Amino acid sequence: MSEPEKATKAIIDDNLERCLAGLTKERIKKSIDKVLKGEAGARLKSYVETCVHCGLCSEACHIYLSRDKDPAVSPAGKVKRTIWEMIRKDGDVSPEFIKEASIIASTECNACKRCVMYCPFGIDVGYLMLTVRRICHLCGMTPMYIQDTAHSHAVTMNQMWVKEDEWIDTLQWQEEEAQAEMPDLRIPLDKEGSEIMYSVIGPEPKFLAHLLYNMAFIFNSIDADWTMPSTPGWDNSDMAMYTCDNEIMGRVKREHFDTAARLKVKRIVMGECGHAFRSVYDMGNRWLSWKMPPIPIVHAIDYYAEIIKAGKLKIKEKYKKKVTLHDPCNVIRGGGLAEKARYVVNFLCEDFVEMIPNREHNYCCNAGGGVINCGPPFKNKRVVENRVKAEQLKATGAEVLISPCHNCHSGLEDINEHYKLGMEIKFISEIIYEVMEKPESE
Amino acid sequence: MHSLYNFVSGPLAWIAFLVFIGGSLYKVYTLITLTYQKESFIFTYMSFKYGLRSIGRWLTPFGTGNMKENPVMTVVTFAFHLCLFITPIFLLAHIILWDESFNISWWSLPEQIADIFTLVVIAGCVYFLYRRLTIPTVKYLTSPSDFGLLAIVAAPFITGFLAYHQVFDYQLMMILHVVSGELMLVAIPFTRLSHMIYSAFTRAYIGSEFGGVRHVKDW
Repeated sequence: MSEPEKATKAIIDDNLERCLAGLTKERIKKSIDKVLKGEAGARLKSYVETCVHCGLCSEACHIYLSRDKDPAVSPAGKVKRTIWEMIRKDGDVSPEFIKEASIIASTECNACKRCVMYCPFGIDVGYLMLTVRRICHLCGMTPMYIQDTAHSHAVTMNQMWVKEDEWIDTLQWQEEEAQAEMPDLRIPLDKEGSEIMYSVIGPEPKFLAHLLYNMAFIFNSIDADWTMPSTPGWDNSDMAMYTCDNEIMGRVKREHFDTAARLKVKRIVMGECGHAFRSVYDMGNRWLSWKMPPIPIVHAIDYYAEIIKAGKLKIKEKYKKKVTLHDPCNVIRGGGLAEKARYVVNFLCEDFVEMIPNREHNYCCNAGGGVINCGPPFKNKRVVENRVKAEQLKATGAEVLISPCHNCHSGLEDINEHYKLGMEIKFISEIIYEVMEKPESE
Repeated sequence: MHSLYNFVSGPLAWIAFLVFIGGSLYKVYTLITLTYQKESFIFTYMSFKYGLRSIGRWLTPFGTGNMKENPVMTVVTFAFHLCLFITPIFLLAHIILWDESFNISWWSLPEQIADIFTLVVIAGCVYFLYRRLTIPTVKYLTSPSDFGLLAIVAAPFITGFLAYHQVFDYQLMMILHVVSGELMLVAIPFTRLSHMIYSAFTRAYIGSEFGGVRHVKDW
């Protein structure tokens, strides 16, 4: 048995099993009709009727390549196993089929849209897989861990069940910590009329608090006019977007934009996260009927490039180790920040080597798109189904892997460990913090 | 036999062209109204500049990464599609028919060239068939209708070639040629051959979104 087969065998997801037991064919038919005949429109129609089954999308997919070109996981193969079948049978499919469709759409596609660049017609398989997730969501057939995250969004407006007092406490804790290094450092809360509202994702206060420290340090050292909200709305992440619980996604995004509006900030700078960028720049704003975000969104990469260009960010000396850069799909293929990311990394680091392919053609981390959020049951599958990523990383010979995205970061950690690559994985802010001029060095 | 030929090249031809043109217009109309009804945001993202940039790039041989990765497919598919369009439109025998019926005519292909182009189309179909049968990923995606579509496209060219070279019964071959050509025209709006109509729209949209919103190339 090959490694991917072993990893996918005996996956048990409690929510999928529970749903399987109670799902009726009526509910399936109703859900499929609601989405395929009701919500979806010209894109679904033209994509389904245009696809000539040529298979040219296949080579784009990291899972297809990692599973030794298994036809079933080529982008079009995944559409065949889900939407084509639902259409062919006019929604008359079994609960087992919906469970399988959920696993395909939620854990075998990251909606990274690399295949869109390979299809001669520009068919967006990422969109089609999210359409499948929407149907599964309406059936209640969503993997347990990501469903829990969506619940957290619905209840707390953040991803990690962080309570309001815990949030404020964490910020004040990091403020105090950082004051040991920079005595007048502040993390200004709810400062109305600031230029910048800085927003992060739930995992930062939960278990990556040092990233808040780093950013506070950067903002303070360049005298930025910034603030963070003390209220819900501080979290820019959105896993409801990936369970395709669009109604919750809309609520979460509205809270985030409303918070920025209440604080009367000029723009929102967001931390190094990819899916959160997608949710505020691409999907959430559209759901709320804004073509572009109502308040300008600046991704951290963009912000770093800006303060470097303005000469505000000063470094003692360049980072010495050999680094390579992972281009996260949502900010590179989704936001065009490839050159800015290189500008920043070249400014900070002495020895930068590109991985191949790179920029918008980079291989996906296989964690994004909500896949890593499907949790432990799917972890082994996720890692072995991205062997090409490990090979791509290894070929760079770099010691340090820079990944300016949370999901990529966590997924790459798992790949690093499984394939024994021995790389150190860092956010850009960690490198900045390491090389920047600090008060004591002045 | 003769009256059958007159029927297929007369009234049936009218019907085929009407269905092809009417059907194509209907497909475009329904696509646009559907977009208005359900995804009107698409119009706000549509950009002439990026839509045309994308279409232009994907009409350029070896213009995209995927075309470079699949050189044989690229050469075959470009040659196939070009010959598929050029041959019937600029074939002398076809132009003569237009001239006889409507008194209009235009430049025609030298006959030997048209003969070669016809073979290119047939060879293209054979290659696509070969791909469908031998490449596991393509085979996996293939449904019986895909073979049907290949047959629909290949038939007018095979019968035309045989008729021109007067292999088998000429009159029968001509009738088969005309009927299969009409079948292809009628099939375009109502099968996946409709990619001829839709592809400009799907490309223009994804080109607009990638260029205008995502600030990135879509090839």
